[in-house]
Amino acid sequence: MSQQQPPPPAPPGGTPAAGSAPAAGDLTDQLIATSIWTDEMVAGAGIPIIDVPLTSVGGGIGSFVLADVLRIAGMPAGSMRALGQADRPWDTYAYLASVSQIPEPERLRSDAGSTPDNIWGFPSFAVREAFGARSLTGFIAPLFQVLVEPILTDYYTPPAGHVYSGMQREADRIGWWNMVDKGQVRMIRRRAGGGYFTILTPPAGTSATKRVAYRSLHVHTAVGYPGVRFLRDLQEYREKHQDFTRVVNAYEPHEHVYQELRKRPGTVVVRGSGIVGSRILQRLIDDREHHGAQTTIIHLFRNFVDGPQGKSIFMRRPGADGFAYQGFNFPKAAWGGQLKNRLERSGPEERKELIAQMGGTNTPKRKLWQQQLAKGRREGYYRTHVGTVTEVYPGDDGTVVTRIDTADGVLEVAANYIVDATGLQADIGEHRVLNDLLEHGGAGRNAVGRLDVEPSFEVRGTRSGEGRIYASGSSTLGGYYAGVDSFLGLQYAALQIADDLASQRFVKKIGPVRSTLQWWKWAFNRKVSS
Amino acid sequence: MTPTLFGRIQTRIFLVAVVGSLWTLLITPVLPGGGDDGVPYAMTFSILLVVGVAGIVWEFVYHALQQFRWEKDWPTLLSLVTGINEGLLAWLIVAAGFAPGIDDGVPLAAFLVHFITTWLVIFLYANGPMRVPFLRWRYRGGRLV
Repeated sequence: MSQQQPPPPAPPGGTPAAGSAPAAGDLTDQLIATSIWTDEMVAGAGIPIIDVPLTSVGGGIGSFVLADVLRIAGMPAGSMRALGQADRPWDTYAYLASVSQIPEPERLRSDAGSTPDNIWGFPSFAVREAFGARSLTGFIAPLFQVLVEPILTDYYTPPAGHVYSGMQREADRIGWWNMVDKGQVRMIRRRAGGGYFTILTPPAGTSATKRVAYRSLHVHTAVGYPGVRFLRDLQEYREKHQDFTRVVNAYEPHEHVYQELRKRPGTVVVRGSGIVGSRILQRLIDDREHHGAQTTIIHLFRNFVDGPQGKSIFMRRPGADGFAYQGFNFPKAAWGGQLKNRLERSGPEERKELIAQMGGTNTPKRKLWQQQLAKGRREGYYRTHVGTVTEVYPGDDGTVVTRIDTADGVLEVAANYIVDATGLQADIGEHRVLNDLLEHGGAGRNAVGRLDVEPSFEVRGTRSGEGRIYASGSSTLGGYYAGVDSFLGLQYAALQIADDLASQRFVKKIGPVRSTLQWWKWAFNRKVSS
Repeated sequence: MTPTLFGRIQTRIFLVAVVGSLWTLLITPVLPGGGDDGVPYAMTFSILLVVGVAGIVWEFVYHALQQFRWEKDWPTLLSLVTGINEGLLAWLIVAAGFAPGIDDGVPLAAFLVHFITTWLVIFLYANGPMRVPFLRWRYRGGRLV
């Protein structure tokens, strides 16, 4: 559900009322102010009520992956409604990936076994890529790469388009398209007597009332990031000078930067040394190498990693040239090995520390990127500076000047463009639904400041009678599992939630027999029974 | 894979006892070097037992080596090439007469074919199909129980 900006106010829908009286079927002041609603309060406001056992707020990959696991665990398609704005669950992801320079043919930062279209991780994307190949080298290359990764080659990572088409097939198979209601979720409130109300604002003109209430026993949220994060100095510059052309965020459309730089030589300042920074650098250098651009790249680092980090040889992350290197956003064992165990055993503060140590800003050490940057350094078109930016202001000839406090004094860098590649807004308080859950739903924050969840991904403090609220995805970072913001993390969360629901007899527990039988169905693309 | 020590041991026991045994049942009758009567099952299962027991000791070594890796993972290639050291040790144990129930030695050809094919079958099974019945296995560092 994350977009370029925090969710806009609910679109006008239904019949807007004149004067101060709320429109038919709209939220009343009483509802907004009350944390626990009765059926009568909702009905009294004229909001139609739809009964469904489980709602999933978001409608993105997190909702989809949960639906997939639950359908395989025997849940009828009619028992869950996914509520969100996207047409397809991967739309927001694909949009963000695409603008941050991973269009469909390019490869993601995700391993072969992280398969959001297949709960088992088998066959992996590498095996599927091999069997989909039309040449012998096309067949051998991905298999060889997964065999020797990461020792002799980079980690295998799937092309973005393969992941999307895989999810399309699985969505068709599990009957996903009939499990979705479009609209913007406004809030989740506890219901007197147990369960919850989820308030949806359907798209204008599609519903007789402005709001629709879903009355469910359980709720799942997987809302993604609240928006794009801007560095404060860049945000100030943009607002003060109303310049959204020269100072751009990597997660917003900024193709004009590359097009312009192909036409005439220019200078770009890149901020951020994570995966997105790497992608931006690659695009800029690709354009130099293949399209004749004459771009000079100034890469600004706040923290320059000049070597391996970590005091103990048993916990030392590779690093060089400013970058901290690891294959994925956390070390691999955080998803299912020693590091996962260690996190599960830790207390809240220790978890926070461990997550900071394992995560933070990092990027994979890919051969292509190493070669490109080494060449750029040699030929002088890739330069780095380390320091703290104190101000960004307009310069001469349509440039933007960045003033930096460095160890050697103040430095001023004039550039044609500045690309902010520092990431997405992660403060859950910026998300309307999560903020409401914090204020009215009994939810709390963990040591990292995000949603406090149990190992089962149940949101602590939100129980309502027999009903439970679960959360998965980036909003839950800081809990018992580090890799929440990844395909595999979403799948793990979904499995934990499914197991918790199975213990309440909501679905069947997926044991070895069901797992195997369902895998056969997957392999032959047989529909999951409704 | 991202195994824990207990995960390694459990997975090892399962793979040798179930996958290795099934493969040994199939391959033993066609192993070379057994003369007219063929290679006896007692011999191949004894070798399998050696591989299983020595393997548990090896897992401690691998786990110690894994501690030097930042990712705390065990790359696929390593789980393939460790067949070399494990095969050598297993052969030495068998040749030295420490394998139970084998008194007159083992034909080298039979040992090689049996060991290499079993290793490959286990490797291929563990790197894919294992996940089908054991959905949670990959999240649990290889623990089955």
